[in-house]
Amino acid sequence: MVENIHLAFEGIWSHKLRSVLTMLGIIIGIAAIITIVSTIKGTNEQIKENLIGAGNNVVTIELNQNGNQYDLSWNPLPDQVRVITEDTRKELEQIPGAEQASLYYKRSYSDGLFFRDTAFNGNLIGVDQNYFSVYGMQVRSGRGFTEKDYSQYRKVALVDSTAAESLFNGVDPVGQCLEFGTEVFTVVGIIGPREEFTPTINSFNDYYLYANDGSGTVYFPSSVWPTLYQFDEPQSAAIKVRNTDVMASVGKDAADLLTSSQIIGTDTGFDYRSADMLEQAQQLQNMSKSTNTQLVWIASISLLVGGIGVMNIMLVSVTERTSEIGLKKALGAKKKRILLQFLTEAAVLTSIGGVIGVLTGVGLAELISRVMQIPVAISAPAILIAVVFSTLIGVIFGLLPATQAANLNPIDALRRV
Amino acid sequence: MRILKLTDICKDYMQGKEPVRVLKNINLEVEQGDYIAIMGPSGSGKSTLMNIIGCLDVPTSGEYELNGNNLRNLKDDDLADMRNKYIGFVFQSFYLMPKMEAVDNVALPLLYADVPLKERRQRAEEALKAVGLEERIHFLPNQMSGGQCQRVAIARAMVTKPALLLADEPTGALDTKSGKQVMDIFDDLSDSGMTILMITHDPDIARRAKKVYHILDGELLTNQEGGTGRE
Repeated sequence: MVENIHLAFEGIWSHKLRSVLTMLGIIIGIAAIITIVSTIKGTNEQIKENLIGAGNNVVTIELNQNGNQYDLSWNPLPDQVRVITEDTRKELEQIPGAEQASLYYKRSYSDGLFFRDTAFNGNLIGVDQNYFSVYGMQVRSGRGFTEKDYSQYRKVALVDSTAAESLFNGVDPVGQCLEFGTEVFTVVGIIGPREEFTPTINSFNDYYLYANDGSGTVYFPSSVWPTLYQFDEPQSAAIKVRNTDVMASVGKDAADLLTSSQIIGTDTGFDYRSADMLEQAQQLQNMSKSTNTQLVWIASISLLVGGIGVMNIMLVSVTERTSEIGLKKALGAKKKRILLQFLTEAAVLTSIGGVIGVLTGVGLAELISRVMQIPVAISAPAILIAVVFSTLIGVIFGLLPATQAANLNPIDALRRV
Repeated sequence: MRILKLTDICKDYMQGKEPVRVLKNINLEVEQGDYIAIMGPSGSGKSTLMNIIGCLDVPTSGEYELNGNNLRNLKDDDLADMRNKYIGFVFQSFYLMPKMEAVDNVALPLLYADVPLKERRQRAEEALKAVGLEERIHFLPNQMSGGQCQRVAIARAMVTKPALLLADEPTGALDTKSGKQVMDIFDDLSDSGMTILMITHDPDIARRAKKVYHILDGELLTNQEGGTGRE
């Protein structure tokens, strides 16, 4: 085999121009495919990043009834659903791929929270001590919630920067009081994501999809949530996962776990479902994929044409080397050996073409990303597949010439000199 | 020991739609150590006979026994095996691989016999030494004279230690002096017990053989005693 590869390189080297021209079809095909795949992957990764945010691999599991999210802002307290215990939370963290789990209460519509005479109409969230760590948020000014805030049921609150703007109208929120019914809460700090993430917006569609609107969020320690809403409510769970690839599986496992442990009775219509952004991202990605798949097909035609070119040149090569083949057969070379020699030569030829094609494709993709501002991500598996595929093309299209060479009659082959 | 035995060998070729009989009932026996020349004008069928003896072609009818193996109904790959094991070829125009050094050319048949690389090299070098080319081991064919090339070809034929050395006009492409050199090697090989069958139309060359056969119109004619050997 090593002998064959060596021979193949020698053969290719001795006909440089011809070899390059033969490889051209393969080079163009592979380069086109690599470029297209890189662009697809770049676009997809941008979509994913926009939806998921920078590095926040969080999947949330919420209570649903008959397939709709069960929001306590409008719905009564569900009898058949238990409060999630600390033990269950720890079980959630045991799910493979899960790193940290947090339980929280949420109202997406808040009735009755005021700063002076301004009503707040954003989200209210009652958080446990893991919540900010799960979401990767940190205190921007003032302080966060402490152990004692929870144990002593202190009436304190944190606001995010959006709420700080919409509710406080330029007043520094830290130290201010919020009223909820007859209760008064002190704002102890402003909290926000560790890294400010701005989605890349290229179109109006992107804007509607990614831009955060609304009036922001006010956070309370979960221990005082019953002070706001009187009852022990079933919580939602937020789970930080190792990476985006396991989001779906962790989400499903966690939802199953909560559904089986929290719902009392059957046929209640209640279940827990994961709401991760990934699914949404995937739908968008599928759209961009389908258009690009067609491009890949077109590029494949170039590969086919390249393959036929290889076959053509190999046939010429067999004719040219008839006496060499004849001699080898006379000296005792079996069919398989001759077949392998020519197959190897074809495969080496197309593999070199494939490698050059990959390099060209990567270069082209980089160029496109610079010039047209399109995100590009080079995909390692795609490169590997491309090279393997180009080798395969050599084997497939080399088969006919190689068989012809192997079946040459040694007398005819020797006579033709 | 009998190296080969041809019994009633016939060979037909199609010329248009008519079969033409090129070899007619050839009977020939070759014993170990024989030094035979087959002579004949062009078109007499001597090349066809050589191809059949060399397992490059199969007869239309008749029996061929080589080193105890009956060659009837053998497949291409089995014939390749026979050639590799039992026959060393020397051709008129050498047929060396132009991009291979002398030693690699000589080692080629061993590659097809699946001999390991190290042993191949060693045996090839020894074979080159035996034909007096130890100085030319790493030369390419185009760096050597015709006579040297033919000696490389002889080394290649001998490297597998074949039962039969088959030579087709071995001096046809050489000048007198190198032709004589090459023939001396053949004589030496014969003296050392090698079985040699050679095809030629040159009576001077044929005279060196111990037996000379004539072939005419596809028939093997006389069995006359050879010449004196070395002149």
